[in-house]
Amino acid sequence: MSSRPEFLAPPEIFYDDSEARKYTSSSRIVEIQARLSERALELLALPEDDVPRFLLDIGCGSGLSGETISENGHQWIGLDISASMLNVAVEREVEGDLLLGDMGQGLGIRPGVIDGAISISAVQWLCNADKSSHEPRLRLKAFFGSLYRCLSRGARAVFQVYPESIAQRELILRHALQAGFGGGLVVDYPHSTKKRKEFLVLTCGSVPTSINDGHKESGSDDDDDDSEDEENGMVCVSDRNRPRKKQRTNKKGKGREWVLRKKEQSRRKGNDVPADSKYTARKRKSRF
Amino acid sequence: MRLIVHNMLTCNIKGVINKFPLRIEAEKVIKKEVDFNPDFLRHMLAKIEWKALVDGARSMGYTELPDHAPDTERVESDESFLKKFHHALLELHLEEGSLVCQETGRKFPVDKGVPNMVLREDEV
Ligand SMILES: C[S@@+](CC[C@H](N)C(=O)[O-])C[C@H]1O[C@@H](n2cnc3c(N)ncnc32)[C@H](O)[C@@H]1O
Repeated sequence: MSSRPEFLAPPEIFYDDSEARKYTSSSRIVEIQARLSERALELLALPEDDVPRFLLDIGCGSGLSGETISENGHQWIGLDISASMLNVAVEREVEGDLLLGDMGQGLGIRPGVIDGAISISAVQWLCNADKSSHEPRLRLKAFFGSLYRCLSRGARAVFQVYPESIAQRELILRHALQAGFGGGLVVDYPHSTKKRKEFLVLTCGSVPTSINDGHKESGSDDDDDDSEDEENGMVCVSDRNRPRKKQRTNKKGKGREWVLRKKEQSRRKGNDVPADSKYTARKRKSRF
Repeated sequence: MRLIVHNMLTCNIKGVINKFPLRIEAEKVIKKEVDFNPDFLRHMLAKIEWKALVDGARSMGYTELPDHAPDTERVESDESFLKKFHHALLELHLEEGSLVCQETGRKFPVDKGVPNMVLREDEV
């Protein structure tokens, strides 16, 4: 993102009907958001027991990030302040439930009911004062406080953000920690200006698993797109709060059922998808 | 908006104590079929405020839910209960109508299935 939209206008004005449509019809944006969401979900480290979870997508926009949640078999509520973005989501018949709301006013959700939250490219908006009554600190505090309360113990919240500066990143992180969250920053591709991506990984209450600090395992993600050097993605975690146990979450792949579902979804969208066969989602030999 | 969301939503107006549940005023309700997943239903049952679900379903015209949820152990085998729970929780959509705060009477309008929960500045 070259020019920063959050400096141009408040989100509900910036994401008007035409911008919402433009955003959602750009295949580049669709692909980037899907990839970011996929990674955020991975960092949520939900239990791998095939039970769907109830998640929150904060700043869900037209539902691009939410679609990744659906594809992974979970249920979600999406919150956004732009009616135009939500309209596009309604038109696209996303599977999640949508709410028009301002995260800076705090989330009005009962305590302890949400299994996890993701937010893709949205939270940096909170650092702006778009109205005279907006005080970013108070809005960050209201947001993180209410998020902490509505998550179940042990749940995580993963935010992909484009902080404008180190000071802004610190501001966001500080408010998260003040609300009671533990956790820290995960940076993918830290040495690439273009591919560098930051995720704030927050944990709520007691932590069942430690933060997955692994490099992306090679071949674990079977999106067979331009296999750019994903494998070389560097991940570093700076844990701000608690000493982290060195322990890797064991990724056992997503299984045939998941692949079949994803293929079916893609077919419904009219894509050209290879027919299912006995080879579909078969485990590949390790490479060398 | 489905009842799974209604069961989580509270009135976020500053100073309001009786935040939950929001009363449903239904103008248009639609039904959409969803895959039945007993694991998810069992997972959610523990989080659900049962009375709010029963009342919410009633105000959307569905009256088949029992007044009390069965014990968690019994739920395992009670397919007929799970089917009703599934329908109420996931298949009924409030398309048009309002959510009303019981304490202040403030109405949150629901338009094309999307509740508008944005507060006015004097409510924050
Ligand atoms: C770059 S878009 C990302 C949308 C979606 N997560 C995706 O991956 O495609 C950022 C979204 O954040 C929303 N947003 C910004 N400030 C917000 C606020 N205070 N409350 C709720 N949503 C907000 C905007 O309306 C916009 O839809």
